[in-house]
Amino acid sequence: MEQNGIAAIQEEIVEEFSLFDDWMQRYEYMIELGKSLPKIEEQYKTDDHLIKGCQSKVWVHAELVDGRLVFTADSDAIITKGIIAILIRAFSNQKPADIIAAKTDFIDQIGLKEHLSPTRANGLVSMIRQLKLYAVAFEAQLES
Amino acid sequence: MFDVARIREDFPILKRQVNGKPLVYLDNAATSQTPQQVIDAIVDYYSRYNANIHRGVHTLSQEATEAYEAARVKIQKHFNAAKAHEIILTSGTTHGINLVAQGFTDLLHPGEEIWVSALEHHSNIVPWQMLCERSGTRLRVIPMNETGELELEGFLKELSPKTRLVFCNHVSNALGTVNPIEKIISAAHQVGAAVLIDGAQAAPHIKADMQALDVDFYTVSAHKLCGPTGAGALYGKEAWLEKLPPYQGGGEMIAEVTFEKTTYAGLPHKFEAGTPNICGGIAFGAALDYLNAIGMDRIAAYEHELLAYATEKLLAIPGLRIYGEAAQKTSVISFNLEGAHPYDVGTILDKLGIAVRTGHHCAQPVMDFYRIPGTVRASFSFYNTRQEVDTLVAGVGRARQMLL
Repeated sequence: MEQNGIAAIQEEIVEEFSLFDDWMQRYEYMIELGKSLPKIEEQYKTDDHLIKGCQSKVWVHAELVDGRLVFTADSDAIITKGIIAILIRAFSNQKPADIIAAKTDFIDQIGLKEHLSPTRANGLVSMIRQLKLYAVAFEAQLES
Repeated sequence: MFDVARIREDFPILKRQVNGKPLVYLDNAATSQTPQQVIDAIVDYYSRYNANIHRGVHTLSQEATEAYEAARVKIQKHFNAAKAHEIILTSGTTHGINLVAQGFTDLLHPGEEIWVSALEHHSNIVPWQMLCERSGTRLRVIPMNETGELELEGFLKELSPKTRLVFCNHVSNALGTVNPIEKIISAAHQVGAAVLIDGAQAAPHIKADMQALDVDFYTVSAHKLCGPTGAGALYGKEAWLEKLPPYQGGGEMIAEVTFEKTTYAGLPHKFEAGTPNICGGIAFGAALDYLNAIGMDRIAAYEHELLAYATEKLLAIPGLRIYGEAAQKTSVISFNLEGAHPYDVGTILDKLGIAVRTGHHCAQPVMDFYRIPGTVRASFSFYNTRQEVDTLVAGVGRARQMLL
């Protein structure tokens, strides 16, 4: 496992969240993380980049830079912005193959388990699926 | 005196904790909670006389048939329909709407017009759009204004013999506006058009009188009336129900079947193909008994008081805007905090044990009118309290602190 691999970053995030005692602090931190989200360029805020299945709007853009996938995103809801920021921190600047293979159970460990249910309106599941779909598409491109 | 503490004792679910906090259930416009009396009726049915109805000669079947038909009469009396067979038992409001929309397909001609209001739930827009496509008729819209009320002038002027059907909800699910259905019905009747009123949101607050309204169709869901999901009723005037063809084919709805020709059963069975939700129908009747024992007038008066209290308290929060400020409203408050997404507010309220609805409430045209993605909707029932309103207000304050 390379040093800044997905698993290592996820561990780091879990550690940060373990400092908090209650949901309010966790949510406040998540909202803070949302503010540092690598913002998607305005030109990409189109329906093509919209993730379906979210009550709030989430746009994600992916670009391949030196064999690594770089994600940018935005949302019109603050909590959702925090969630996508956490995901992007874990998955951005990684090789598509690693993103495809990555586990996502760290979400559970940072106390956001309730957001993982497919019926949740925020569509965390859709977000993960979309990031992985991008990885699959770019991996195919790399192989060909 | 309206003893809300005593009434709350009837609802076991209200004792629940959610996220470590006592449940504050303010999503009553989506579904109401179920009192023990209704739960008992369901348990009693499955424990004592679960059987298929209408054809069995055995005792259980007869008991089930009697209870089911007694429920139909309870619904008839509650809504003051002239005849019991004008009550079609359905799976809910959407089923009732589709039954009528489907039935009108062959009664309409290209060039004719159907009107719907701008305040409709998707379930009262989509079936009519589909009907327009099938029949070549044109869908027209009664517009709304900034306070969330319908603007009838254009509609009243444009009504003509071309107008065949008018659809409107009695109460808007997104805003709580009570619509002037009396005016709409009488105007439509003057040009010979039929009127269907979606009573799903009104029924928990207003006891609609079918004969006084002179409405052609009125449809409700049991689960918004302290009854179970998957049960409801469609009222239709006898003459209209006779005219409409059956909605679905199957058992129960036939008089005689040969491979050459089937003759249909009379009302109401013509529209009740297959084994119905027997327990649901019976429990619907029990729910109406429960509500009538408290008294719909007393329920409405209490809810109105709660609405006024909540409106005043919420408006005191800086940057809070209420959508839908009609003079006539049921106990629904749709609101947003300036600068905060409704989804964020709803998520934080849920963490505090407060159940509200967020989103477009299946009424996207209403949200588009206000140019917002959605609202937070708190809807109050007669078992909610002022303390719960205070909890909501404190929760919104907390959300504001966290989000802004």
